[in-house]
Amino acid sequence: MTATTAPAAGAAAPQRDSRPAPPDPKRRKRILMSVGGALVALVFLAPYLVMVLDSLRTSSDVKSTPPSFLPKVWQWDTYAQVLGDERFLNWLKTSLIVASGSTVIVVLVAIPAAFMTARHRFPGRGAFLLLVLVTQMFAPTSLVVGLYRQFFELNMINTYGALIITNAAFNLAFAIWILHGFFASIPLEVEEAAALDGASRWQILRRVMLPLTLPGLVTATIFTFIAAWNEYVVALTLMIDDDKKPLTVGMRAYITGYEQHWDQLFAASVIAVVPVVILFAVIEKHLVGGLTAGSVK
Amino acid sequence: MSPSTTPTPDPALAAGSGAGASSTRPDASATAVTSSTPDASRRRRRRSAGRIGQVHPLVALLWLLPALALILGVVLYPAIKLFQASQGQYSITGLRKGDAGWDNYVKVLQHEDLGTVLTNTVIWVVSVVAITIVLSLALAQFLVKQFPGRRLVRWAIIIPWAASLVITSQLFVLLYDYNYGIINHILLSLHLIGQPIDFLGDDSWTMFSMVVVGVFVSLPFTIFVFIAGLGAVPDDVLEAATVDGASPWQRYWNITLPLLRPALMIATVLNVIYVFNSFPIIYTLNDRNPGYTHDTTITFMYKLAFKSQEKDVGMSAAAGIFNVLLILLVVAVYLKIINWREETSR
Repeated sequence: MTATTAPAAGAAAPQRDSRPAPPDPKRRKRILMSVGGALVALVFLAPYLVMVLDSLRTSSDVKSTPPSFLPKVWQWDTYAQVLGDERFLNWLKTSLIVASGSTVIVVLVAIPAAFMTARHRFPGRGAFLLLVLVTQMFAPTSLVVGLYRQFFELNMINTYGALIITNAAFNLAFAIWILHGFFASIPLEVEEAAALDGASRWQILRRVMLPLTLPGLVTATIFTFIAAWNEYVVALTLMIDDDKKPLTVGMRAYITGYEQHWDQLFAASVIAVVPVVILFAVIEKHLVGGLTAGSVK
Repeated sequence: MSPSTTPTPDPALAAGSGAGASSTRPDASATAVTSSTPDASRRRRRRSAGRIGQVHPLVALLWLLPALALILGVVLYPAIKLFQASQGQYSITGLRKGDAGWDNYVKVLQHEDLGTVLTNTVIWVVSVVAITIVLSLALAQFLVKQFPGRRLVRWAIIIPWAASLVITSQLFVLLYDYNYGIINHILLSLHLIGQPIDFLGDDSWTMFSMVVVGVFVSLPFTIFVFIAGLGAVPDDVLEAATVDGASPWQRYWNITLPLLRPALMIATVLNVIYVFNSFPIIYTLNDRNPGYTHDTTITFMYKLAFKSQEKDVGMSAAAGIFNVLLILLVVAVYLKIINWREETSR
C-alpha cells in the first residue's frame, strides 16, 4: 500500500523487515495484486470476449436458451462469409476512405497551425487556441442538424467528402494540441542553429522540427484515424444510401426486424475493433495529454 | 519513447516520480496539469520565454489559414445553419416553407416530453460521471502500484475506449437480452434473481442499464487521467506521512486527494461534456422503446428531426441550440478551472 513506486518500496523495506515475518508477506501481496489486476482486466475484457465467442457460433446458437459460454459448434467460416459479403466490403471501403481522408487532412492542416502557435508569438494566438479548444468540446453531435442542413444545401448528402471534412474538422483540435506539445518541447537552440544556417521557416519545420516530433505525428495520425473510423452520428445522418455507409452505421443492417445475423454482426465487429485496439495501445501514452489539452503549459 | 520526446517535460515531475512509473505513464503534459508548484511553473515560464519568436500577424494567419478554414467551414458554419434552421418552418421532406421566428423554441419548451427528457439527461450525466470518477479513483490508485502484469491490465482497460461506442452498445443489447443474454443467465445460475430481468424493456431498469454501459466506456479515459495525476504526488511526502504514523486513509485524504484536485476537475468537466454528447449508447440500447421515455436532450433532438412522425427540422434545430448553449456553459466552467487567461497571456 505504501509502495507506489520502486524507490519508495526500497526505502520502506528496512522498517518492515525488522518485523517477525520476513519478505514473504510482501511477495504474497504482490501475487494478490496480480490476481486483483487479472480480475480488473477480466471485467473490461469480458464483453469483448463474448463478442469474439459469439462471432464463432452459429446464429441460432447466439440466441439459445440457456446460453452456453462456449460455442456448440465452432463456425469459423462466418468470417469468410462477412469478408465475401458485398455490403460489408462497401462499408469497409467507406470507412477506409473516410478515415484515411480525414487523417491526411488533419495532419496537413494541424502541422503548420501547431508549429506556428508553439514556436511563435503573435496577436490573436490566444484567440486561435481558444477557438481550437472550444472546437474540441463540440462533438459534432449537438451540431448534427446544422451539418445536415449545410450538406443538404450543398448537395453533399451521401458523399465521402462531407464525412471526410466533418471528421477532419472535429479531430483537428486533438492533433493541434498534441503537436503543439511536442513542438514546444524542442529546445530553442535546435531551431536557432538551423536559422543561422539560413534555413527558412518552412525548411526548419520540415527538416528539423518534424523529424523530432515523429511520436507526436504518429499519435495524431492514429488517433484521428480511429476517431473517424468509429464516428457514428454524422455518418448515420449524412449517409443514407446503403452502399455509402461506413462500418459503424452499415453493420446495424445485420440486425433488423426481418433478419438477425448476430454471428455476422459480431464477426464484422471483431474485424472493425481488433486493429483499432492494437493501434490505440501503441499511442496510449500520449492520449490523455491531447484530450486534456488546453491545460497544456 | 524516450522521456525527452514527451511534450513539456515538467521538472517537478522528474523529481517526484519513481523509475517504474515513468515507463507506462501517460503523457507528461497531462501530468503537468496536476503539478503546479510555483517553483516548477516559474522555471517552465523562463524556459519557454526564450522560445518566443515574434512573427507578423499576417504571416501567422497564412500558417493558420487551413485550420481556420476547416473550423469556420465545418464547425462555425453549421452552427449558424443550426440557428437559421431553428428559425424556419420545414416540410417533412426537409424543405423550408417559411419563417417561424421563435415558434420552434416555444414548441420545444412546451413539448410534453421535455420534462422527462431533461430529467433523463440530468440522471444520465450525473450518475455516469459520478460513478465513473469514484471507480476511476480507486482503479487508478491500484494501477500505479507495481505488480507483475500491470502492463497487461492497462492494455485490457484500453479496449472499451478504442472500440466504437456503437459496437459496444450493440454488444450490450445482446448481453442484456431477456432470453439469451449472458447477464441474465449468470444472475439466474447464481440464484440472485428468480426470473430474467428485461434490462432494456422494463422502464424501471432501462436507465440503470444504460448508465452501466456509460460508466464502462467512460472509465478508461478517466482512469488514465488519474494515473497521470497520481504521478505528480511526491513519494517522499507520502513516506514522511507514513513515518509520522498517518494511516493509509489519512494519507489519501490529506495528501493524495488535494494534489489530485486539478486532475479531478478536468476529468469531471471533460466527462460531463463527453457523456452529455454521448449518442450511440442511448440511441442503440433504447432503440426498441417507443416515444421519448428514456431519451436525453441529444437523442431527443435527433429523433425530432429524423425519427419522429413529424420529422420537424426546425424544432430539432431549436433543441440543438439549447444543447449548444448548455455545452458552452460547461466549456466556460472548464476554461475557468484551467485558468485559460493565465495560460495564454504568458
